[in-house]
Amino acid sequence: MKNLNTTMTKTENYTLNFGPQHPAAHGVLRLILELDGEIVERADPHIGLLHRGTEKLIENKTYIQALPYFDRLDYVSPMCQEHAFALAVEKLLDIKVPERGQYIRVMFSEITRILNHILNISTFALDVGAMTPFLWLFEEREVLMEFYERVSGSRLHSAYFRPGGVHRDLPENLCEDISAFCERFPKSINDLEKLIEKNRIFRQRSVGIGKINIKDALDWGFSGPCLRASGLNWDLRKNQPYDCYDELDFKVPTGTNGDTFERFLVRVEEMRQSISIIQQTIQKLPKGNWISDDPRIVPPKRNLMKSSMESLINHFKLFTEGFHVPEGETYTAVEAPKGEFGVFLISDGTNKPYRCKIRAPGFPFLQATEFLSKGHMLSDLVAIIGSLDIVFGEIDR
Amino acid sequence: MSYPDKKFIVEVIQLIKSLMNFCEYEIVNSRHEISIFVKPDDITNTLMFLKDNPSLNFETLIDITAIDYPNQKERFLMVYNLLSVSKNIRIKVKSRITEKFSVSSVSEVFSCANWYEREVWDLFGIRFTGHPDLRRILTDYDFKGHPLRKDFPLTGFTQVKYNDVSRKVESEPVKLEQEYRDFDNLSPWEGMTKHLPGDEKS
Repeated sequence: MKNLNTTMTKTENYTLNFGPQHPAAHGVLRLILELDGEIVERADPHIGLLHRGTEKLIENKTYIQALPYFDRLDYVSPMCQEHAFALAVEKLLDIKVPERGQYIRVMFSEITRILNHILNISTFALDVGAMTPFLWLFEEREVLMEFYERVSGSRLHSAYFRPGGVHRDLPENLCEDISAFCERFPKSINDLEKLIEKNRIFRQRSVGIGKINIKDALDWGFSGPCLRASGLNWDLRKNQPYDCYDELDFKVPTGTNGDTFERFLVRVEEMRQSISIIQQTIQKLPKGNWISDDPRIVPPKRNLMKSSMESLINHFKLFTEGFHVPEGETYTAVEAPKGEFGVFLISDGTNKPYRCKIRAPGFPFLQATEFLSKGHMLSDLVAIIGSLDIVFGEIDR
Repeated sequence: MSYPDKKFIVEVIQLIKSLMNFCEYEIVNSRHEISIFVKPDDITNTLMFLKDNPSLNFETLIDITAIDYPNQKERFLMVYNLLSVSKNIRIKVKSRITEKFSVSSVSEVFSCANWYEREVWDLFGIRFTGHPDLRRILTDYDFKGHPLRKDFPLTGFTQVKYNDVSRKVESEPVKLEQEYRDFDNLSPWEGMTKHLPGDEKS
């Protein structure tokens, strides 16, 4: 017999397709969500919609031709990824980078970090309802991209770092302009903090959302700001210093809870530290060569090519055949703004890499979305994705 | 402290040699990076040992990847890249496997291995037994083939286009408007070390 007085209605979970074109998905993310009401029960990210086969392409290019592909991976932090590749090739070639080259690279890696964090913080704020930081900070971001343009000729895909150093020396007055920016920019960070940090809506949307402790974070392969927000003091710039990071003085901010809010705070503080690093590199910037003078790897200077036949031949050989890298393998990682960006490079002694595996920090982050968002609301999922700093260029490769 | 700490790496190798005794293995230190070669059946045990041993503590699996050597009998080399945050050291666990071999999944040991293994399956076609959800991950939904194998052409086999008449995205065999330009730039002076053309006459 039917019980007519029943108050329990039978509910069914339903499946929701989120993306692949959704403004809060930060790119082409397709999420298949299983929802119980508004609570996320299961999240299955479908990735690969931006897969371009970078690793396969690199196997078919010479080492110098492979470098620009790294700009196109995580397209908001291009130079840090070039840095990883340049370091890996240098390690296999066993060459030294001149001091000045190292300092320029570190300076631009840190500019890249600010560039990336501005994008992440402001779009994250946009996702949870704050529009102003996006408008304020993107103006500064444009200034930073101008610095990119002045050294490399392009705002985004710079291809500025080279195995052995950087492509060109800094142009005139650039250091002064970067210093002026460093003077001015902390005010923008303070404004951002005033606007957002104590904001009730922002806190309600982010505090206690998507918590992860150190053990789980390590188990899920976290690195970078997301790992530091959980409280682990781990920064490759400090722990496994490359280039001239060990000569610079900076702090590594860490959190305690590992929630969305702290990931945001860690990034804000990292921007301040980056400013300090940039200022130190400008102060300490040594004179001299910006790229190694090894003629086997580095093309000759332009004016030399006009007068010397051998230089012309050398230049031609380097840009057709490229240089040969001795047989071997290396895993070299840098602290990219998002986390540990690693290049696992295997050389068979020819002019092309035999295999180049790119370890993208965003890949494990996205994998953990289900872990982080289980039991949270659908709207919190957006905050979690925003705080993980996901860019599809590097995840899909 | 400068990195890599060469003394410490030697110490760790000695430590592993003294502690790890449940299987055969070979340990190599090249360019101050440690690699352990193990048999394919011992991968899971080795990773568990490296993770749980309190004096090693490799807490994070950074990456899983494979390398294709089509001319060798054991075609693939599996590489597991581990990092110890507490000891500040990296290690690579490697294993040579044949094409037909299916590796046992380590997603029980490291949660993040799930997607890494899916990626290796997708791009190399290496199977993992005991994997909870072995689907393709990076390539398209009904993609055929495994792109990172050396015998997979760079251009692929199919191309997609939007058909205006049927109003659908269709895939067709790849057709190159311009021949793929594969310059062999390996220098005849430096690249060829053994058999120079004309050598057979002398």
